[in-house]
Amino acid sequence: MPAEFWYGVEVLLNGLMAGVMYSLVALGFVLIFKASGIFNYAQGVMALFAAQTLVGIQTGQIPFAHIINVVLGTDVHHFGWHVPALLGLVLALVVMIVFAILVEKLVLKHLVNQEPIILFMATIGLAYFMEGFGELMWGADVKRIEIGLPQGGNAWVEENTAFLGGEDFYGFYLDTLDIVATLIAVALVTSLVLFSQYTKTGRALRAVADDHQAALSVGISLRTIWVIVWSIAGFVALVAGVMWGAKSGVQFSLSLIALKALPVLMLGGFTSIPGAIIGGLIIGVGEKMFEFLIGAPFLGGATENWFAYMLALIFLIFRPQGLFGEKIIERV
Amino acid sequence: MIYREVGDFKTTYRADGQTFPIWFDRIRYYVVLLIAFCVVPFIINDYWLNAVLLPFLIYAIAAIGLNILTGYCGQVSLGTGGFMAVGAYSCYKLMTGFPDLNIMFCVLLSGVITALVGMLFGLPSLRIKGFYLAVATLAAQFFLVWLFNKVAWFYNYSASGQITAPERTIFGYRITGAETSAPVTYLFCLVLVVILAIVARNLTRGHLGRSWMAIRDMDIAAEIIGVNPLKAKLTAFGISSFYIGVAGALLFAVYLGAVEVGEVFGIQKSFLVLFMIIIGGLGSIFGSFAGAAFMVLLPVLLKNVLVGTLGWPTDIATHLEFAIVGALIIVFLILEPHGLAQLWRIIKEKLRLWPFPH
Amino acid sequence: MKLKTLTAMTLVAAMAAPFAATPALADLVFPSLSYRTGPYAANGIPFADGYEDYFKLINARDGGIGGERIKVIECETGYNTEKGVECYESTKGQGALVYQPLSTGITYQLIPKSAADGIPLHTMGYGRTSAANGAVFNTVFNYPANYWNGASAVVNHLLDVNDGDIKGKTLALVYHNSAYGKEPIRTLEELSKKHGFKLTLLPVDHPGQEQKSQWLQIRREKPDFVTMWGWGVMNATAIQEAANIRYPMENFIGVWWSGSENDVRPVGDKADGYKAINFHGVGDDYPVYDDLEKYVYSKGDATGAGDQKGTVLYNRGMYAAMLAVEAAKNAQKIHDTAKITPAMMRDGMEALEITEGKMADLGLPNFGPSFSVSCANHGGPGLASVNQWDAKAGEWKEISSYSESDMDVIGALINADSTAFAKESGITPRECADDGVMASMSKDDIMSEIEAIKARLGELLKAAEAL
Repeated sequence: MPAEFWYGVEVLLNGLMAGVMYSLVALGFVLIFKASGIFNYAQGVMALFAAQTLVGIQTGQIPFAHIINVVLGTDVHHFGWHVPALLGLVLALVVMIVFAILVEKLVLKHLVNQEPIILFMATIGLAYFMEGFGELMWGADVKRIEIGLPQGGNAWVEENTAFLGGEDFYGFYLDTLDIVATLIAVALVTSLVLFSQYTKTGRALRAVADDHQAALSVGISLRTIWVIVWSIAGFVALVAGVMWGAKSGVQFSLSLIALKALPVLMLGGFTSIPGAIIGGLIIGVGEKMFEFLIGAPFLGGATENWFAYMLALIFLIFRPQGLFGEKIIERV
Repeated sequence: MIYREVGDFKTTYRADGQTFPIWFDRIRYYVVLLIAFCVVPFIINDYWLNAVLLPFLIYAIAAIGLNILTGYCGQVSLGTGGFMAVGAYSCYKLMTGFPDLNIMFCVLLSGVITALVGMLFGLPSLRIKGFYLAVATLAAQFFLVWLFNKVAWFYNYSASGQITAPERTIFGYRITGAETSAPVTYLFCLVLVVILAIVARNLTRGHLGRSWMAIRDMDIAAEIIGVNPLKAKLTAFGISSFYIGVAGALLFAVYLGAVEVGEVFGIQKSFLVLFMIIIGGLGSIFGSFAGAAFMVLLPVLLKNVLVGTLGWPTDIATHLEFAIVGALIIVFLILEPHGLAQLWRIIKEKLRLWPFPH
Repeated sequence: MKLKTLTAMTLVAAMAAPFAATPALADLVFPSLSYRTGPYAANGIPFADGYEDYFKLINARDGGIGGERIKVIECETGYNTEKGVECYESTKGQGALVYQPLSTGITYQLIPKSAADGIPLHTMGYGRTSAANGAVFNTVFNYPANYWNGASAVVNHLLDVNDGDIKGKTLALVYHNSAYGKEPIRTLEELSKKHGFKLTLLPVDHPGQEQKSQWLQIRREKPDFVTMWGWGVMNATAIQEAANIRYPMENFIGVWWSGSENDVRPVGDKADGYKAINFHGVGDDYPVYDDLEKYVYSKGDATGAGDQKGTVLYNRGMYAAMLAVEAAKNAQKIHDTAKITPAMMRDGMEALEITEGKMADLGLPNFGPSFSVSCANHGGPGLASVNQWDAKAGEWKEISSYSESDMDVIGALINADSTAFAKESGITPRECADDGVMASMSKDDIMSEIEAIKARLGELLKAAEAL
């Protein structure tokens, strides 16, 4: 096999792993959409906020230090302690749960039965709010996540695959972080599936997803379910935030990963967890392969952003509800 | 007391069907126009023009355009930024390709070109609905931005890919370029806004507007009663894109003067215009104006209060501005999901009964 | 219902509230169009801090410039062009002397406005490169160096380390897919023709946290050198990816906007050896920092969090402020008044001359190159040095002195681009008496210029005789 072929395989593998990273973000969208019919645009900002909170807690930053210093004329920045990674994660998760409760109490409760677009806009409002709030709380500088995630090309894979393509082939390049992310994503999805299949709360979640009114009538509290769902979405956001944050540092642009998740959602369907995973893989592979085969050699590169959407659009024309979405039945 | 229809008898169908059936509304409308045309140009300065009035007028056009599509025809679009870019780049190519062409025609022709592009990207709407469509329009957004960034022909092969508006005049007054005067550009945009708003208002209450609304309320039912969804949806995309294209052309040529596509016409712009129509009110021309005013004025106002009056550091002020805008959007949606236009309607209802509400 | 009416009332009240407060026009006003928020905040903060701190120092130590106190008005742009325009409009009425927007996009916006209002624009190492032609761009300055000088400096450094021969080698340009990132392409293309190297272009879309494809391509094609025109998160991501694929860091050279601590620190030890060009000094080993400590920091007056001193971008902000202050002093001297206007400031900038002695007096010995600005040449000499990141010490090291860039190539490009701009926007270039660009002209060009002047003189003589 010529080296070029193996490089193609390498791009494919990297596409798969990029796809997993997209799926991580898309999962949060699906969870909330299934349970409450809300298209939660704030998911990306939630990931940013969760990552900021994690770093803030870990390094012992004083929240709102800047504003406190300005208003009170003090000069405080840090508590001076350093929290271990695991405890930091747990505390960040607690913050996300508190956040979920607040969202339910302050926003969702008041918007019951509104049209989907109104709910969508409310989450964009929420995204704005959290962007400002998060930076006020933790500052706008670039932060590093230090919870001991490995990073860099995986030397073992590289050395042991170099024989495949002869002289011009250096072995597969796979980022260790991506491999870890893949494992975590698999674990996450498995536990989500187990949770929704075998626990009482999980079954209640599925009941709500199936039919709100029927669920209400058998005594499932919608509001509790919403808090739970938003908490889980907060947890998924934390995982996504940590993974993406480890790649490029925790900074403002992290919230833009939401845009990477949207074509995944279109393709996989807004209501399907397997859809989010498979959609992510297709998008990841599709955009990387397109860039490799057509984008970079013929179109001058940087095609990934729009190609993901185009690919999803083409899929949608044949299946308007996405690959795994529930079939849309329309009645007059 | 003065705001009521009692005693205002209509004797023709024409009079009965007019936009402002109440005498007070008509007077108010003319007074607003009079102030806008005859008072504002004399007191306007550069700051007011560039920080408030020009963006307000231009975004009002874009908001009317998106409102036609989303508010009247029910098709959610997140491609506004991309379509505005089409308007801006067509305007640039027309201005530089035909230096003798009047700027007014350049702007309108850019609208026409955008309308064609909009109809092309509207085609998937025949099959894709709801949020899937919203996300699908993002394909247009990203693709168009990439295209204008990539193909050097669109920016006349300039080194950086920026486009700069050359100087153009109408009746000897400079409309674009560096040395424009505030009243002239203001009046130019105002004339366009007023004409386009009147056209939009009349389109939406005519045959076309009714078929859009039928599609919006329930497309299958509309089809059954004989509304052609292909025609209704594509005209909505076309006309909406025309407005958005004109807004993009004005934003580039008159307001900013120089534009870089990824930065000015990015996805943020799509969201901004969508915010405007939701805050303002879906399916309302007045709402488009109110929403545009709200979204343009609020940040400027907050900034001036927080930085100018309170003297806070600019970064805290900006973060706070974000948080406040976000919170206000949520508060608005909770208090009045149908936007400022609905608020206005409620006020009018109350006025009719005032001062004896019982 | 009550609540709704209340909201409506608040809204009406809010809209009627006063807009901009206009302070008195007493001081010398230097607006700072900064960005401490948004995707590029991490880069905007140190620059803005350095810019403002230097002015604070001048106020505290010298009592202002020529006895006039300095007032800095900060306005947040968020790297957004529309907000930039709003900032320009809201500050220009307050007597702004010079604008430094630190954004190529905003610069393009402000070039026509600054020409119309006569307020100078100083875009140090960014903005529109061809603004170096002062005959066309009367009010825009981009001394001491611009992007094209930068591109040439990168290539010159490659020539240096390869004994003057890079024929047949490949250079990959990883660039921010925007006006800023595209600026060097034309120069690099010209230079690749001249020196016979192959150029590969790798655009990265905003914000640039996803660059796997680009770096896989680099890994496959193994270009001999990689150069980068990045900003914000894109820089750190690129350096991280380069480290991941184990690209040799000494062959990876960033422009000056890709060479700050923010870009290399997140990568840790693996960033060691990464190079970036620069047009001013690094570190805080300059006497001016003692003064800053004495007059500003120790009084708790430091701008922002006060944790940026000595970083590359802080130094750059300080350098920009220093050049502005020197130009203002110059303007005061030329026009013999302490209260200068933007037009006088422009004259001061055009006659600016920075010598080593002057910099040493200011507490910045060897901080930047010596240069002078002239009517025809607003771009300075375009000298640049090369810095290298030492990860162990955690600091940038200067590894070459300030060296010339290839003005033959750049001068021609500047002339072509600025002439095209002049034609497009109907500007007639001024006549400049000096030989600013002449240094960059070929002998034939100079001869033909002299012929033109001779002819013009002849005409004038004839006209005089006729009188």
